[in-house]
Amino acid sequence: MEELRILSATAILGYGFPMESFVEGMKRKPHVIAVDAGSTDPGPYYLGAGKSFTDYNSVKRDLEIMIAAGVEAGVPVIIGSAGGCGGKPHVEFALNIVEEIAREKKLSFKLAVINSEFDKEFIKAKLAKGHITPLEPAKPLEEKDVDEAVRIVAQMGEEPYIKALEEGAQVILAGRSYDPSVFAALAIKEGFDKGLAIHLGKILECASIAALPGSGSDCMFGYLHKDDFVLEPLSPLRKCTTLSVAAHTLYEKTNPYILPGPGGAINLHACEFTQIEDNMVKVTGSKFVPTDDYFVKLEGVRSVGFRTISIAATKDPVMIEKIDQIVQSVKDRVVNNFENYGIKDFFLDFKIYGKNGTMGIFPGIDNRVAHELVIVIEAVAATQEQANTICGFARSTMLHFGYEGRISTAGNLAFPFSPSDCKVGEVFEFNVYHLMKVDSPTEHFEITYKQFTEGN
Amino acid sequence: MEYKLRDVASVIRSKNSGPYELTFDVIFKDFEMYNKVKAAKVINEEVIAKLYNIPVSDVMIVVYFDPAKAVKATIVRPIPSGTLGETDVYGAQQHAPLMDFNFNL
Repeated sequence: MEELRILSATAILGYGFPMESFVEGMKRKPHVIAVDAGSTDPGPYYLGAGKSFTDYNSVKRDLEIMIAAGVEAGVPVIIGSAGGCGGKPHVEFALNIVEEIAREKKLSFKLAVINSEFDKEFIKAKLAKGHITPLEPAKPLEEKDVDEAVRIVAQMGEEPYIKALEEGAQVILAGRSYDPSVFAALAIKEGFDKGLAIHLGKILECASIAALPGSGSDCMFGYLHKDDFVLEPLSPLRKCTTLSVAAHTLYEKTNPYILPGPGGAINLHACEFTQIEDNMVKVTGSKFVPTDDYFVKLEGVRSVGFRTISIAATKDPVMIEKIDQIVQSVKDRVVNNFENYGIKDFFLDFKIYGKNGTMGIFPGIDNRVAHELVIVIEAVAATQEQANTICGFARSTMLHFGYEGRISTAGNLAFPFSPSDCKVGEVFEFNVYHLMKVDSPTEHFEITYKQFTEGN
Repeated sequence: MEYKLRDVASVIRSKNSGPYELTFDVIFKDFEMYNKVKAAKVINEEVIAKLYNIPVSDVMIVVYFDPAKAVKATIVRPIPSGTLGETDVYGAQQHAPLMDFNFNL
């Protein structure tokens, strides 16, 4: 095979794509249609709660176009990090959609479902053997972290996908995956260079974000050859330029020259970007450097309680001047009020927009204050009821707090909403972000198959 | 001569690189300015540490990337994304100090 063609439908399954772009992609006779569905960007909640961060209808809309086109053209359709986080409930979410599409369109195909969520006992056994190392700056993993974790997934490489392809899968729905794997799997199976295939996958996983103007909801096409790959956006509105593609290589990476993944890293020191058409860029020189042992990345979260928030504002210049002292006094009052009652273990925070709301994680870098402040009162406690109690009490205390110099004695806060407080639900934190050594890239990622015939 | 980074860059952005790191990209408008900034190492570990009021040891890497006429700095996130106390889950609005960064060449 001289050339392998890959159609990337969109940046994240459910973000959508114009039908015109997809049709252009199919005209180029892709050997595979693929999409990445996942990210840790939306934070720890979705992995913990077992929910998709993309919407059911949006995902179904994208998938029904992709699966129908793939089945008709006789090329595989590959979906990675299903349901966003790739845990069992996330894969289940996407599986229900695939089954529904098969039924509604009366499609016939062999489906592979690849699991990436692990049993805690398995992780603990790996930990005991010394097979788990922290991915700095995360701390070393302890057994307690595993016990506390609600769910732990591992990012698979391309190998489980290759196995499913070899076993005849036409649609592959996989759990948490290294983003490029879904695009690189068929190419690596067919003997193309792994460095080029993964680098191409790394760009295709964000689809048209690497084009100019960038878009998270448009297709991108990749042509892989023996010594290079070529990128082509499928909308006439967009161009790939050497700069747009090179700039994308920086995006969300620690170091643009070394991009680590399962089993090794791609090294881009010798990489060259060449403009070959007005809208197409050729890339050469990407090298895959394997590690001695094969590592996969683990991601896990633990529950830290339940959250209630209240949003309020002030325009009072005296209050604004004294806001730090007021916040501290309100916090002290809340603690004092409930310590003998028995609610002692809670997190109470005031995010002050107009002061340091956006960059509060970097204290002391900017002391400017606006003429109006938005105050988000946040309480996290062991139960939703306790979080409601703490947030509500902090809110009413702040509303009527008699700070020094106060002359607006009717109330300190403007509330845009009634009710003023909002239950946000369970709260999670990342507590596992580690590398796990495995003997084989495929053995722990179990594959199950289902044959659909006329939708059944 | 004094320059404002915002005037010579076409992109200044921040984003998580995984839940435990925050990464900043500055892409320059032209190679002439990029090459001068690179030669003088105008953006370096100490500058990033000062802009963000963090120890230099929390700056993991500052790297100049010629193909994109860009410099990238990656730091340890003060807290992992979404941890209690979070103000920016995606890390996409932590770039402002770089926009106001002035330097002499």
